[in-house]
Order: sequence, then structure tokens, then C-alpha cells
Amino acid sequence: MTKKLTEQKSEEGVTPAMERQDGKLEEEKVFKDPVHRYIHVRDELIWELIGTKEFQRLRRIRQLGTTFLTFHGAEHTRFNHSLGVYEVMRRMVENLEKKGAWDEEERLVCLASALLHDVGHGPFSHSFEKVFHMDHEKWTREIILGDTEINQVLRQMSPDVPEKVADVIAKTYDNKLLVSLISSQIDADRMDYLLRDAFYTGVSYGQFDMERILRVMRPEEDQAVFKHSGMHAVEDYIMSRYQMYWQVYFHPVTRSAEVILSKILHRARELLAENYPFKITPIHFKSMFNGEVTLKDYLKLDESIILYYFQAWEEEDDPILSDLCQRFMNRRLFKYVECNPSKQMLIWPELQQLFKKIGLNPDYYLVIDSSSDLPYDFYRPGEKDERLPIHLLMPDGRLRELSRESDVVEAISGKKRTDHKLYFPEDFLSDQTTFAKEKQKILSLLTNQEG
Amino acid sequence: MLNEHAKLLAFFKQTGEIVGRKKLQKMIYIAKKIDLPFHEKYQFHMFGPYSEELTLRMEEMSQLDFISEVKEKKAGYQQYRYELADKGEEFLGMTGYEFPEVTRVLQEMNGQSAKFLELVSTVLYFEELSKEDVTNKVFKLKAKQNYTEEDIDEAYAYIARLRESMNEGEV
Repeated sequence: MTKKLTEQKSEEGVTPAMERQDGKLEEEKVFKDPVHRYIHVRDELIWELIGTKEFQRLRRIRQLGTTFLTFHGAEHTRFNHSLGVYEVMRRMVENLEKKGAWDEEERLVCLASALLHDVGHGPFSHSFEKVFHMDHEKWTREIILGDTEINQVLRQMSPDVPEKVADVIAKTYDNKLLVSLISSQIDADRMDYLLRDAFYTGVSYGQFDMERILRVMRPEEDQAVFKHSGMHAVEDYIMSRYQMYWQVYFHPVTRSAEVILSKILHRARELLAENYPFKITPIHFKSMFNGEVTLKDYLKLDESIILYYFQAWEEEDDPILSDLCQRFMNRRLFKYVECNPSKQMLIWPELQQLFKKIGLNPDYYLVIDSSSDLPYDFYRPGEKDERLPIHLLMPDGRLRELSRESDVVEAISGKKRTDHKLYFPEDFLSDQTTFAKEKQKILSLLTNQEG
Repeated sequence: MLNEHAKLLAFFKQTGEIVGRKKLQKMIYIAKKIDLPFHEKYQFHMFGPYSEELTLRMEEMSQLDFISEVKEKKAGYQQYRYELADKGEEFLGMTGYEFPEVTRVLQEMNGQSAKFLELVSTVLYFEELSKEDVTNKVFKLKAKQNYTEEDIDEAYAYIARLRESMNEGEV
């Protein structure tokens, strides 16, 4: 472990480490971070994991996918976020260690799991997963257990460590408290991404007092709970989740970019299946399109590669692929109207016919996007035996579900949280030099349904 | 148009009323694992495979009155009953979506207890492991449910029956 360690490049000008028998670095490494100020690394294992090529790949995958087309600051990557989750977890463990002893191996499994929890994400993974029915959790497991640098580093600690880390991330590890610190309704992952996404998008909401939350956290058998006296800090976290959902994650312009991205992937897949003669053979996509992606193929994918193809496809002869790629690359996105599917269904056949008549394929140019198509969620107390809710530790030692104590949380838990938007290329429809009558009719059908 | 919603409506048309969100979650997971065309993303949670995407989709369909959701108070908790509503049936007809005819399999599944379906879905979640490893996982991760080895055998037998029915088209 140590030979590779001493060869590693140092971050932020910190000098290379020396070998120590206890698995600690001779000198602590620090990463400057705009959200947590500093990210501290003292364990050799963590330092080596950061240096693996599979982890470095995360530098080339944005945390928020297409959100940069709406909020230009949102260029932060899964690499930044993963380091952030590690740091939140490090602080959590530090606090919880004060409340009781932690096994050293369990501590390292916990920190490694926090660091690696997103390592299986691919470029624009939400759209890719939807179109190709893939699952980044499966790739995370393969990267940790397969023939990778990450697996080698973990195995040097002990042969069963990769399996343990993979189980923690998959939430199937038997220490449920540990799992809940990384993945629950209030965990290191969410705390980092809410603060980080708020910072990089530049929105003023999304803030909460993480230090206070960590201080009032108490370990229980199945999950961490929060002292009742810290309820207001937890309320702020729930409000942050609510605000970020509507203002950032659910932003209609980002959804428009996601719709176009998905349609590009659908179109390219369709063309490849028809043996369409691409000007540049999309070798990186071939195994994905035929459903036989190997780990080696998957690890080659990053956003640079995908955007390279999108730029090349702008020049393709297929008018749909070319148009969609130009829209994505040059931010000529679809417009939208609010849509009620139960009313929409009445005019859907007519709209489809009109689109076909003016030469637009409705499968690509008339798209409904629903709230359930997005990967983010609100806090919900849930039914018995559903997801585990957040619990407060009352002064008498009882546990109470958060929304039963907090009026603020109760108020936002019961609100309507769903919507459907209908996306279409308004620029094509506004150009009425051809098919003026049909285009006017389409625009009238689309705008009248908004009420 | 809204294909994933239409699939769920078609599913309810075959199952009839489903009582309890946990049961619904596990039924869709099992259906997905026996190759019915569902694509909701599932993760392992405290009570087995769970899909937030499905929860939100159900909320959407309930707000559109496609599905009727009736909330009942039980001792110390809420229970939900779900059923295809007239508006949902009309929507399903308009979309023209064709779901495989598996009424018998789905109704039999609906007749099982939520606790048993939780076990079946957990076994399916770990199906790439050996039976011995799956049994250990169930005992560790589901200690509070007190499943026995006989329960696990029954889950395996049920999964085999399900797959046999699907393969033979006796659905």
C-alpha cells in the first residue's frame, strides 16, 4: 500500500506521506473545499482510494448533469461531492466516537463507503439509466468487487473489506446504524449535496446548520436519531430539501435539457439498430445499445466522450439526431406548458396527427415529463413499514417521528408534490412560413390547456 | 404517453384492490423480477426493496384521480387501499397500452401477506447469492420479522412456481 502512496501526487502542495505501521499518514492531507472549508485525510486507505483511476474518473462527471445549462455555476463534479460526503462522515464518526467506542475496521469501512458511494455513476447518469435501463448502484458494486484499482486498495486492508464496503453502499450491511449514516432520510450524502448544490448553483436558499445537526445526533440500534433540542436545525434541513427540490432539482429548463438528452440517446440507439451509416462510428455506445456493457467499457464513459459524440452528431445527415444535438450543444431547448394528463389525453391523438402533418416526429418532439421521472424526493413520514422516517429523541427517552413534533415539517409533508410538463419545439412552431394553419392549431391546443 | 403510468393502471386492472403500500411496493418489485415490463428504480431499504419512484408515481396517479387511494386508521399507523378508478380506466383505454395478460399470477400474489411478499422480494433481491448466503442475509437483515427456514423454503418454492407459470404461459 505504501509504495504507491509515496508515489502519489500531493494535493494543494502538501508533501508526500511517509509509511506508518498503523495505516495513518505521517502528515495529514487537506483538500481546500468551498463548502466544508477543509477536507481532512489522515488514513492511508482513504488517500490511496482517492488516487485510484476509477475515483479520479469522477472529476469528469458533473454532479448535477444538465443543471449547468440553467445555473451556469453548477459545474461541480461527483469527485467534489464524494470528497464532501467523506468529510461529513468523518465528522459524524468523530462525534459519535465520543458517545461510544467504534471498531477501527468498522470506522474505515464507513469512511471508505462514504467516499465511494457514487463511484458507479456514469455521465448524465439519470438519462442514461432511464434510456438503457441501467443502474449505477450495480456499477458501484462491480467497481468495488471487480478487477479495479479500488478493489486492490481495499483488499490490501483485508480480503473481506470490498464486500463490506459494497454492502454498506447497497444498504444490505448488517450494521444498520452505519448504513443509515450514508443513506437515510438525513445522511452524509444528502447533507453534502444540498449544501454543495446550493453553493455552486448560487441560490440563496438550501442552507442549514450542519454542525448543529451533527452535535445533536445520537446513535440508536437501527439509525441515528436527533435530540429534541436540535429539532429546529433538522427543520432547516428539511426546508432546504424542499426549497432545493422546487428551485433547482425540479427546474423546468433543466428538465427540458434532460428531455432532449434522453431523446438524443433514443435516436442514436434507433439509428444504430437500423445500421445507419454514422460518419464517426459510435464505438463507445455500441455495447450499451446492445445491452452488453463490460466494466471496462463502462469506465471509459465520461462527459467529455459523450459531448464529443454530440458535437459530431450535429453534422449527421439524420435530421432528428442532428437537430437534437444542436439544441443540446447550443442550448436551444424545448419550451413547455403545464399539462394535466387527464385533459391532455383528449387532445393527444389530434396533436400527434398535426405534428406528423408538419413533418415533426411526435415521439421526439412532443414529450411529457412527470415529477416521478426525477431522481430527487421530499421528506415523507410514510406508512408503517415503508421507509424509515427521521426520529427525534425526546427528553423522556422516547422516539417521535419528526412531523409529529414539528408544525413546519408537518405543513410541507402534506403538500401536493407532483406535476407534469409537456415539452415541444416552440421555435419550429413559431416559424409559420410553412404549414401556418396547422402550427397555429398546435399552438392553440398547447396554450389553451394551461388554463 | 405516460407509458410507465399506463403499465401501473393495467397492473391494477388485473390485480383488483391492493391493501397497503408495502404490499404494492413488493408486488411491483416481484413483477419486475419475473420480467413484467416495469422499470421503476428500486433500492434496498429497512423493509426490503423499495422504490421512491413508484411512491411518487402512485401519488401522481392518485392526484389525477386515475387511482383511488383510501386512507384507513389502524392501531398506531395509517393504511392505504388502492384501486383502479374510472378515470384511470378511461386513460388506459386512450393510451392503447397492452400489458401482458397475467391476471391469475397477479391475483394469487395479491392474496399473499405483505410479510411473505417482503420475504419473497428480499430473496429475489439477493438471488445471485447461494441459498445459504440468502438465508444468512434474511436472518441478519430481517431479524425482527422472525422468518424461519421453512418460510424461506416457501419463498423459494413460490418464486419457482411464479417463473414456471410465466414460462408456460399459464397466467
